[in-house]
Amino acid sequence: MTSISTTGLPTAEARPTINPPSLLQASGTIVWRNLIHIKRMPEMLLDVTVQSVMFVLLFAYVFGGSIAVAGSSYREFLLPGIMVQTMVFSSAVVAMGLTNDLQKGIVDRLKSLPISRASVLVGRSISSLIHSSIGIAVMGVTGLLVGWRIRSDLADATLGFLLLLLFGFAMVWLGIWVGSMMRTVEAVQGLMFTVMFPLTFVANTFAPTENMPDWLRVIAEWNPVSSLTQACRQLWGNAPAAPADAAWPLQHAVLMSVVWAFVLTAIFAPLALSAFRRRSRD
Amino acid sequence: MSSTPAVEALDLVKRFGENTAVDHVSFVVPQGTVLGLLGPNGAGKTTTVRMLTTLSVPTSGTGRVAGHDVVKEPDAVRRSMGLTGQAATVDELLTGRENLRLIGRLSGLSRRYVAEATDSLLERFALSDAANRTVKTYSGGMRRRLDLAVSLIAAPPVLFLDEPTTGLDPRSRSELWEVLRGLVRDGTTLLLTTQYLEEADHLADDIVVIDKGRVIAAGTPTQLKDQAGRASVVLTLTNASDLARAADLVRSCSPEIHVEHAARRITAQAGGLGDMTRIGEVIADSGIQVDDLGLKRPSLDDVFLHLTGHRAEDGHEEAAAEDAGGHTESDSFEEAVR
Repeated sequence: MTSISTTGLPTAEARPTINPPSLLQASGTIVWRNLIHIKRMPEMLLDVTVQSVMFVLLFAYVFGGSIAVAGSSYREFLLPGIMVQTMVFSSAVVAMGLTNDLQKGIVDRLKSLPISRASVLVGRSISSLIHSSIGIAVMGVTGLLVGWRIRSDLADATLGFLLLLLFGFAMVWLGIWVGSMMRTVEAVQGLMFTVMFPLTFVANTFAPTENMPDWLRVIAEWNPVSSLTQACRQLWGNAPAAPADAAWPLQHAVLMSVVWAFVLTAIFAPLALSAFRRRSRD
Repeated sequence: MSSTPAVEALDLVKRFGENTAVDHVSFVVPQGTVLGLLGPNGAGKTTTVRMLTTLSVPTSGTGRVAGHDVVKEPDAVRRSMGLTGQAATVDELLTGRENLRLIGRLSGLSRRYVAEATDSLLERFALSDAANRTVKTYSGGMRRRLDLAVSLIAAPPVLFLDEPTTGLDPRSRSELWEVLRGLVRDGTTLLLTTQYLEEADHLADDIVVIDKGRVIAAGTPTQLKDQAGRASVVLTLTNASDLARAADLVRSCSPEIHVEHAARRITAQAGGLGDMTRIGEVIADSGIQVDDLGLKRPSLDDVFLHLTGHRAEDGHEEAAAEDAGGHTESDSFEEAVR
């Protein structure tokens, strides 16, 4: 099968024209590559599809009956919460993808090319947001099937989804930070799941905060996840405004979701860039 | 332009914390030649290549590739070279064709050029049949060939190969050697690292021996072998009964001889071809029947032993210690190879 001809290979004299791609072009090519990964290994999407659908069904039918929600049905209450959880988990998606590429030497190969090194991160971030958005779409459909509806106008509905994306963007930085520091995908998985589950559960995602012990309620209501969830619920008409005794961030949920996204980006982006750069220098 | 060396390492130093992985390494690779960077696992070969290919920033010193400074002009360096890393860094979930397209596009080549070059490279590396299969299904040899093809898509004048044949079976290895010789014939400059002395001997015009981060010897394969000690003449007789007589005759030509009865073999220290001719004449005159007469130069293995006091393949423990110091991206691969 193998007879390798050794003549006529491209030679140094006959070099083709090289126009180094722009950041956007290079990132686009890397997104193309990452999307092929999803196509070839659809099980990569399990975390945002099957798992999310399972969460919707579990909570809607198993816990739903026992959790009373003021002014709304539990399923309407639940859907925005699970969507936010999926967006928070995009940090894990980014981190695992990045660690995998670092571990396998793909990042090295990309770094040896005449492209901006940022394109490695931008490409990874965009494809992870696409990944999570697929999850949001699947969940939306599942939600519609179990009775969730968007009861507001198009502008508010769109704003809700934009807030989700903005928050996902902040989470991407967290993912890049973790991904640049960890050595194996298993380590990333272990860490992210340990951190992300409490982060998304100690909040108003699955149950109202009113019935929590006082100290926990304070933590939950100041949790950025809660602001975003409350914002989406209000924007989609799935729940009334937060009760009068709720913490300030819940009273101003839409504003605070934007603020949290910027604050988290301001914290994690420098950490992420310096960790990636440090890893890139060796 | 032709006088500019293809690659220069200028006093390169890389420290990982307390650990000095590369310690003042300098060498020059003239255009169109092959330099073999020879050393045991963990000697600092990979770190040296990573600095020269802009993947790692030197602690001090610098390097030039095609005349461009690796620290000050990394982009120009990246446009001038190709790199085949230690692990075959092709994407397992992409097909062979997609891998070439990915790197081709990211190298800044036009869509049309990439399409044409992809087809011709696939054909030349005997991968056309597997072009549309995911790399997951490829054998080790096919992955290496694809990896090399990918590195060649932009026709770089300088190619870095980090342990290009580690883990390959002997047949795939000699096939790859043939490909590399073809590249050199076409004018590409190669810098390859290897822990196989045989490989350096086969491919390299010049060899730099590196151990514990330092250059401990440099020269052509022949020069290095001469450094390791003198050659010897090896004489194998047809009949064991002639051994004593032959030994006396050979002793008259060489100060030190060694007789192995079972093998009917006499080994005599020699200065070079002249001694062999002399021994040959003496034996021919005596009428003793001879199976074989030859000059044996020390192998690069002997050279390495002579220079470092340990065999090239014995470096694993040091390697582990050095890698623990900070160089981690290749660890998993080295573990896999072990």
